[in-house]
Amino acid sequence: MRSRDLSGRLHPTVVLWMVVGLLGFAVLPWYGVEDGFFGLSWLFEGYPLDSEFAPALVLNLKGEKLWLAPLGLLLAAPLLLWGRKKSDPLFGKLLVAIGAAGFAWLLFQGFAIGLRGWQFGWLQGLFGDLGDRQFGMGYGALLVGLAFLFLFSQGLAARGAVGGDVFVVSTIAFVVAAVGLFIFMPILQMLANALITEDGSYSLTIFLGKLFSARLWSLDCLAGGSRCGVAWNSLFLAVLVGVLTTVLGLVFALMVTRTGFRHGTLLRALTVLPIITPPFVIGLAIILLFGLSGAVTQTFSELFGIQPTRWIYGLPGLLIAQLLAFTPIAFLVLIGVVEGVSPSMEEAAQTLRANRWQTFWTVSLPLMRPGLANAFLLGFIESMADFGNPLVLGGNFDVLSTEIFFAIVGAQNDEAQAAILALVLLAFTLLAFYAQRFWLGKKSYTTMSGKGDAGVHPQLPTALKRAVYGMAGFWVAFTIFVYATIFYGSFVKLWGVDHSLTFAHYVKAFAVGWNDFGIHWKGSAWSSFWTTLQIALISSPLTAAIGLLTAYLLVRQNFAGKNAFEFGTMLSFAIPGTVIGVSYVIAFNVPPIELTGTGIILVLSFIFRNMPVGVRAGVASMSQIDKSLDESSLTLGANSWQTFYRVVLPLLRPAIVAALVYSFVRAMTAISAIIFLVSARYDMSTSYIVGRVENNEYGIAIAYSAVLIGVMLAVVGLMQLVVGRRNIGRRGHELSQSRTNVSQPAFSGGS
Amino acid sequence: MKTALLRSAALAGLMMAGGASAHAESLTLYCSADEAWCQQIKTGFEEKTGITVDMTRKSSGETYAQVRAEASNPKGDVWWGGTGDPHLQAAEENLTEEYMSPMRGELHDWAIKQAEAAGNKTIGVYSGALGFGYNKDLLAKNGLPEPKCWADLAKAEYKGQIQIANPNSSGTAYTTLATMVQLMGEDKGFEYMKALHKNINQYTKSGSAPIKAAGLGETTIGIVFMHDAVAQTAAGFPIVTVAPCEGTGYEIGSMSLIKGARNVEAAKKFYDWALSAEMQGKAKDVKSFQLPSNKAATVSELTPDLSTIKLIDYDFKKYGSSEERKRLLGKWDTEVSSLPQ
Repeated sequence: MRSRDLSGRLHPTVVLWMVVGLLGFAVLPWYGVEDGFFGLSWLFEGYPLDSEFAPALVLNLKGEKLWLAPLGLLLAAPLLLWGRKKSDPLFGKLLVAIGAAGFAWLLFQGFAIGLRGWQFGWLQGLFGDLGDRQFGMGYGALLVGLAFLFLFSQGLAARGAVGGDVFVVSTIAFVVAAVGLFIFMPILQMLANALITEDGSYSLTIFLGKLFSARLWSLDCLAGGSRCGVAWNSLFLAVLVGVLTTVLGLVFALMVTRTGFRHGTLLRALTVLPIITPPFVIGLAIILLFGLSGAVTQTFSELFGIQPTRWIYGLPGLLIAQLLAFTPIAFLVLIGVVEGVSPSMEEAAQTLRANRWQTFWTVSLPLMRPGLANAFLLGFIESMADFGNPLVLGGNFDVLSTEIFFAIVGAQNDEAQAAILALVLLAFTLLAFYAQRFWLGKKSYTTMSGKGDAGVHPQLPTALKRAVYGMAGFWVAFTIFVYATIFYGSFVKLWGVDHSLTFAHYVKAFAVGWNDFGIHWKGSAWSSFWTTLQIALISSPLTAAIGLLTAYLLVRQNFAGKNAFEFGTMLSFAIPGTVIGVSYVIAFNVPPIELTGTGIILVLSFIFRNMPVGVRAGVASMSQIDKSLDESSLTLGANSWQTFYRVVLPLLRPAIVAALVYSFVRAMTAISAIIFLVSARYDMSTSYIVGRVENNEYGIAIAYSAVLIGVMLAVVGLMQLVVGRRNIGRRGHELSQSRTNVSQPAFSGGS
Repeated sequence: MKTALLRSAALAGLMMAGGASAHAESLTLYCSADEAWCQQIKTGFEEKTGITVDMTRKSSGETYAQVRAEASNPKGDVWWGGTGDPHLQAAEENLTEEYMSPMRGELHDWAIKQAEAAGNKTIGVYSGALGFGYNKDLLAKNGLPEPKCWADLAKAEYKGQIQIANPNSSGTAYTTLATMVQLMGEDKGFEYMKALHKNINQYTKSGSAPIKAAGLGETTIGIVFMHDAVAQTAAGFPIVTVAPCEGTGYEIGSMSLIKGARNVEAAKKFYDWALSAEMQGKAKDVKSFQLPSNKAATVSELTPDLSTIKLIDYDFKKYGSSEERKRLLGKWDTEVSSLPQ
């Protein structure tokens, strides 16, 4: 009775978020708990009175950290709405004001007061010495922040934003806040860092001097000098890799779809391999094969008496390694596009007496432009961000990603320099992004309509077909050769010296023993292995969830600023991992958000780095689902959350699988970002493997990689089983299946 | 939903209250030696004291960067190993804490000298001389004479046969640069580096990478610390270690307490233990052939005997200071690395 009474006077959702805020303000520790919140040891070490673990309310009552008190007052402020209806104009206005003020104050006090008191000079001047300090915010602060955020969106919804739909407004607010906090803020802080000079002041001239230094932009090598600037090196390599992976990807896509090639599954299986291979393993295999003492080099030198050289180190080796690693991505992008080109248009061209060449050049190829552009962009960005291959194969060919790393960790350790290099890298990728959009322009590439298109793709011209077969055959043989080497290398005692077979590397890394307490994970790799698995398994569903939610907003809802919103969520796609890593270290090492050395920072970096793929997958499959389904659900009385959960979500299963698999695999194989973020407690497999490679322990590195590949295959298979397939009633399917399926109407009309 | 989760978690915590005691003592160790050695130290200390050790292995440059980045909020307690310069730099920048260990009486003079150079904010735990190693198979195949001196490496016949790290990213290579400057005087030292530059096939990023490449046969000669070269021989690679005839510089692997450490007591316990003969004598079991700083520690017969090597009087204070380092590296960048090869 009472609760009904209460909800009559104050909107229940407002009450809910007030309670959440109160919980954060008065119950949970305000600041981060050093030993981990979920260790719960804080409960027994003086909570709630000890200042280290106390909630904000207790701190204020003790007369400490009084700058938190306004938050408490603002949390209580919605009580002013007592008895007012949602339709009352004051209701929305007041909630918007309270939410915005609370959230802004929370951020402001966090940034203004840090470990050494006031963080900004003008505050120091205004108020004098603070004589107090604060650490990073904890779960208490998190709940209060969420409460303000959702009170704010309540208010917006009440004022009629997005049709007054609270769920949609709240989701938008949440995604915007998250993207702002974990993508924009770190990048902006990194930009600020680039301007800092050695003595701690800001200087534009020094910044410009560094930005345009010869080390970055010198064109010496063209004039016969020893080497070119790092920026040119990176750019040149990335363009080369982008173009070549696109060409190769197209070759395979054409071969599978237009030559009557029968072993498509084999090719697909082969293309998956490089995607789930830890990055630098391919580089390693290439050294073992083509290095100065590599197996192939030696064979050639003995057969033909050629003096072995170190030609593989530098551009040639990098190019080969990156082509092997990134061509499959281009293939996966292009195969959909090549299949999608409407056969009727090609048939029309042929009917008009174009020969096969003309048809291919003037009809098929231009229609594939979006795919080509996307494939190029992916190859370009992957190459720019690649860290593992340049590390082992770079030789004297320096590229940005490794330079950034060594600017931070090298003997000179210059964070500002790293930030500047990261800026250049970011500028290149963003440029490529826009160049792609510009090239595609506003032309229409639509070839799939609701009308039946029963045509068959024409075969390729014979000459082209032969070339395609030749290239693909060579590539396949090469890939198999490289992977066989990797596999063999993990069983060899000491590559290049002692080729007797052994299990020693596997035993050293993954030995399991028994002791008094049960299983004892003796091998040296277990700790990083479990951490990696755990982090990957936590981050991939979260990535999929936030990605699909965002996709839902983009496809199904209309709101002001949607374009900016889309740009923001896709931005991290264009940001190389190295840049994310550096900016996270800079942004999250000090309060208010202190995350370095935790597992959370790894999870966050994966979520926000891989989110765009979830968004894209979601957008693609959601646009296929007819909106009338949502509408009928809404007409039948479901709200937008129920509609999303019970109607849209089940139809999105392929997108869910794609997002899950991608983010899982990325979390298992990423290196460029996490090399900056790992810590004693949270070491990841890839950084462990890099350490082994640096130490010449190739056997262990390769054995570990082989195990990782196996695990990824297993988990990916499992995910597909658990999430299941989407059941779409199609003609020819059994009746029972289509009867239980809600989606049938969606596909019977064209979309 | 989130709050419900937190609540139930808190509840579960309360129910376990009986069993939970104050959290166990722990120590965060930054280790700048190789993985096997670091692992041995971690488990050794855990077994000895029951204190849980969280160990991160990163090169000394990386660790120094990390300690500096975390200065306002230190996460590590003790930093063990790695060449002495970054430790001296950290002391100079007040990132580390002064400590007089009761074990100091048992140490070699050079270890104490290192401590005194830094106002007792660091201490020597091992040392090793600079030198080079070559792959004897490759040397024979290429018909090259055996190099014995620094001067040999600058000869034209070794063109494209030698690897060394980039002094900008590696302490080992910086030690080489500083050694040449001290051995030959600054002008001649740089002349030598220029001559050497013509023979270098690659400047690697990490200090010990050149000898590992030599082990795999990817280069003939690598300029590294001699103990790193010996370790490659011990691992089964055809590497011969050379102590240069003109004399050579050396490093003092050091250890520092991090200022503002969260577990000071455990850190001091570790510090004292790490200086003991018992602990240092075990390094050879993991194929680390540096010379221990405790006089009583047992040494492998493979360890290069510093008493038979001509060592220069290396001025750690001067060449470890950031100012001198920056000056020399700047000069190397403009005068040496920019030259055509």
